[in-house]
Amino acid sequence: MRAASRSFNQADINRRSFLRTSSVAAAGLLVSLYLDLPAFANEGAQTPPPKVYPPDAFVHVRPDGKILITVNRLEFGQGVQTSLPMVLADEMDADWSQVVPELAPAADVYRDPVFGIQMVGGSGSIAHSFTQYRELGAKTRAMLVAAAADRWKVSPDQCRTENSVVYGPNGKSARYAELARDAARKPVPEKVSLKNQSEFRLIGKKIPRLDSAAKCDGSQKFGLDLDLPGMKIAVVAHPPVFGARVKSIDDKEARGMSGVKDVFEIPLVKGSGVAVVADRFWTAKQGRDSLKIDWDLSGVELADTSQLWTKYKALARTPGNVAVARGDDKALDRIPAARRIVAEYEFPYLAHTPMEPLNATVRFEGNKAEAWVPSQFQTMDQMAIAEVLGLKPEEVMFHTEYAGGGFGRRAVIDSHVPREAAMIAKRLKGTPVKLVWTREDDVRGGYYRPMHAHRVEIGIGADGMPAAWRHVIVGQSLVAGTPFAAMMIKNGVDQTTVEGTSDTSYNLTNFHVSAHNPTVNVPVLWWRSVGNTHTAFVMETLIDELATRAKMDPIAYRRKLLKPEAKKLRGALDVLDQQSAWRTSLPKGHVAGVACHECFGTAVACAVEVSIENKRPKIHRATVAVDCGLAVNPLTIESQFQGGLGFGITQLMAGGAITFKDGRVEQRNFDGYTPPYIVDAPVTIDVHIVPGTDAPTGCGEPPVPVISPAVVNALAKLTGKRYRSLPLKNV
Amino acid sequence: MATYQLNVNGQSKKVDVDPSTPLLWVLREELKMTGTRYGCGISACGACTVHLAGEATRSCVVPISLVGNRRVTTIEGIAQDPVGRAVQHAWVEKDVVQCGYCQSGQIMSAVALLKETPKPTDANIEESMGGNLCRCATYVRIREAIKRAVEQMT
Repeated sequence: MRAASRSFNQADINRRSFLRTSSVAAAGLLVSLYLDLPAFANEGAQTPPPKVYPPDAFVHVRPDGKILITVNRLEFGQGVQTSLPMVLADEMDADWSQVVPELAPAADVYRDPVFGIQMVGGSGSIAHSFTQYRELGAKTRAMLVAAAADRWKVSPDQCRTENSVVYGPNGKSARYAELARDAARKPVPEKVSLKNQSEFRLIGKKIPRLDSAAKCDGSQKFGLDLDLPGMKIAVVAHPPVFGARVKSIDDKEARGMSGVKDVFEIPLVKGSGVAVVADRFWTAKQGRDSLKIDWDLSGVELADTSQLWTKYKALARTPGNVAVARGDDKALDRIPAARRIVAEYEFPYLAHTPMEPLNATVRFEGNKAEAWVPSQFQTMDQMAIAEVLGLKPEEVMFHTEYAGGGFGRRAVIDSHVPREAAMIAKRLKGTPVKLVWTREDDVRGGYYRPMHAHRVEIGIGADGMPAAWRHVIVGQSLVAGTPFAAMMIKNGVDQTTVEGTSDTSYNLTNFHVSAHNPTVNVPVLWWRSVGNTHTAFVMETLIDELATRAKMDPIAYRRKLLKPEAKKLRGALDVLDQQSAWRTSLPKGHVAGVACHECFGTAVACAVEVSIENKRPKIHRATVAVDCGLAVNPLTIESQFQGGLGFGITQLMAGGAITFKDGRVEQRNFDGYTPPYIVDAPVTIDVHIVPGTDAPTGCGEPPVPVISPAVVNALAKLTGKRYRSLPLKNV
Repeated sequence: MATYQLNVNGQSKKVDVDPSTPLLWVLREELKMTGTRYGCGISACGACTVHLAGEATRSCVVPISLVGNRRVTTIEGIAQDPVGRAVQHAWVEKDVVQCGYCQSGQIMSAVALLKETPKPTDANIEESMGGNLCRCATYVRIREAIKRAVEQMT
């Protein structure tokens, strides 16, 4: 087991001990399952540290029968604080009604077993921790059984477990809570056998989320809701152009405001800004907005959207660094022009705009610090705060706060938000400081899905199938110059630029993909489903166009072109095809459009029913078929797909673009950058899960790419036009 | 600074703040009622929706000086109302929430809708809920939950 076999880390234990002793103090009498193991005993230093990290970092059986399960990930809507505990509780045979999830602080033991850092991203929450959590549950169960067997002087084989109770021979039984103290003294088993899928009681069931009630009565606390004694609020004036520096500040008005505590310049990742610290948010914001700052723009590149398009389109006409070179690269040139498609696509910068504005709270105590961050990247954020404060990462107690969405925006390699908070906290030593990014800061603050240009030339064979495909993609790298580059840049190509095209599920012959990753003074970031946001749009609109030219059914055409090994995608298309309601008896003026795509190991086929209302697409119904392997919680999966399709519509919105003029962002809030509201989203969404027993794959990112190509493929039927430029203008 | 006497969820509250402070920040920072959320500050997302004298209102753009003696109802107090309870139940039953950040505002808008229009059409729902942004896009389930709440109440 990966987590438990990680080498012992004293810092983790100290932090963990801190946590547990805190809860002891709060709860009075509290018996931990592993009370006598070092997580506790370390405080009294009676027991030597163990060789492996004990699973009490994940499971905590309390005397009242409550079972606390620690979730090694941020909960930000994806439902992982329900689904990972389900996995553990199932193997543990725990009473689900008694399970209480907790979000883990930053610690090595909570690192993603595949990525090696503590994070949420790449649709890895279930995919990477499924086996880890099953083993944790099975080991805990084995220790409880061993304790019961000892007590009854029987063999563990004579015991069985159900609903937090161990049953032995002759009608003996004991509750997990009664056994916890003894179980804690048992060695953690090296190996345990896991259930057969037929024995699952929770996995595979539609289990309602555990956080619903708190999120419906206002009691759920997010990072922004944190309130600490003596806490101050900071709002920062960021430069109008990325990387600009403060030349001079007139802060007279701000300093005159009652409640403003301090105004000072802070260095940013690029350039500098001015922090206003006050007792209250409103005061800090008023203070910030009153600042008169003269900015030094010397040597700072001024991004300009129209100039960038000119540059990108020119680049797209030249070959870039090679991502795929399959077959004959001259084959295309031998196909007559009448049987060629030349298509140029435009995709704008997109902001993530999670509902909860970005924030981070830090208290610096000189030789240690404490941080509270709704973070997708705990390891990086903890390191960044430590670096700013001149501490070691383990000297920063890092709490993972619930986040109001993220979609990638809280997984930033340079950790610029926690870094800013630490800069301010450093100056206000001893005082907790909550940094709040206003929505304007967020919309104008960079870290966007990069803009991209694609140029695709396709030669069509006599059979109507593509015979040659030349594809050039232009867009900034997400990882160039970062520690991720070594892993994610191959042959000069950022793999996130070309994913979804270079690894297409279609059997494309004479297939050539290349990319340019120009440098632009705009910070960019992964946006839910990353490169697939644009590559799937290009691939699926072109495949649809080819099917139309070949006068073939769009699903039949796709099936014919799919690689033999694209079994998941084929299965998803089959299920979509069987669900025929989406294309039979459509009202007048309504048409159906189709798209499919596989990414992050999950295959998705999607059909939409669309009409045109007020020159905009109205999506009456979406039907999706998904193959994500074993469906751990079909209810969560359904929600992720319904929501992910809606998120994908962001790029079809008329206001779904961040644009630049003279280096400045032209939008400022939801009045200019407009994500989809209820009228823009599909009225109904039917999700069909392809039954599967393979290892579960992700469901956070894969819903996003399919919806926009499906919608414009439908629009093409209504208008006869092809839509290659986003955001979608009025039709 | 000025002193204001507020009626929040049936309780009398006194606050001493700058008159320009939006009701949202008085609720969140002075009264420590953080269930009402900050999303945009320009009444474009609905996360801060409360009821002011029974009407759905974006609290981020209402200065405290303009609240007067109007009743303020927030998500923390909505369960006192039978329609509020029905909507909250329906939201949980339909497993609406994802990140949950916008849902206080969604629920407050839905309650206002159902108090005005107990049997809303799809068009009524789109109109009343039209300004409440949800980046998780839980819209399909929001529609279902509103319809479920209607069923529960009839």
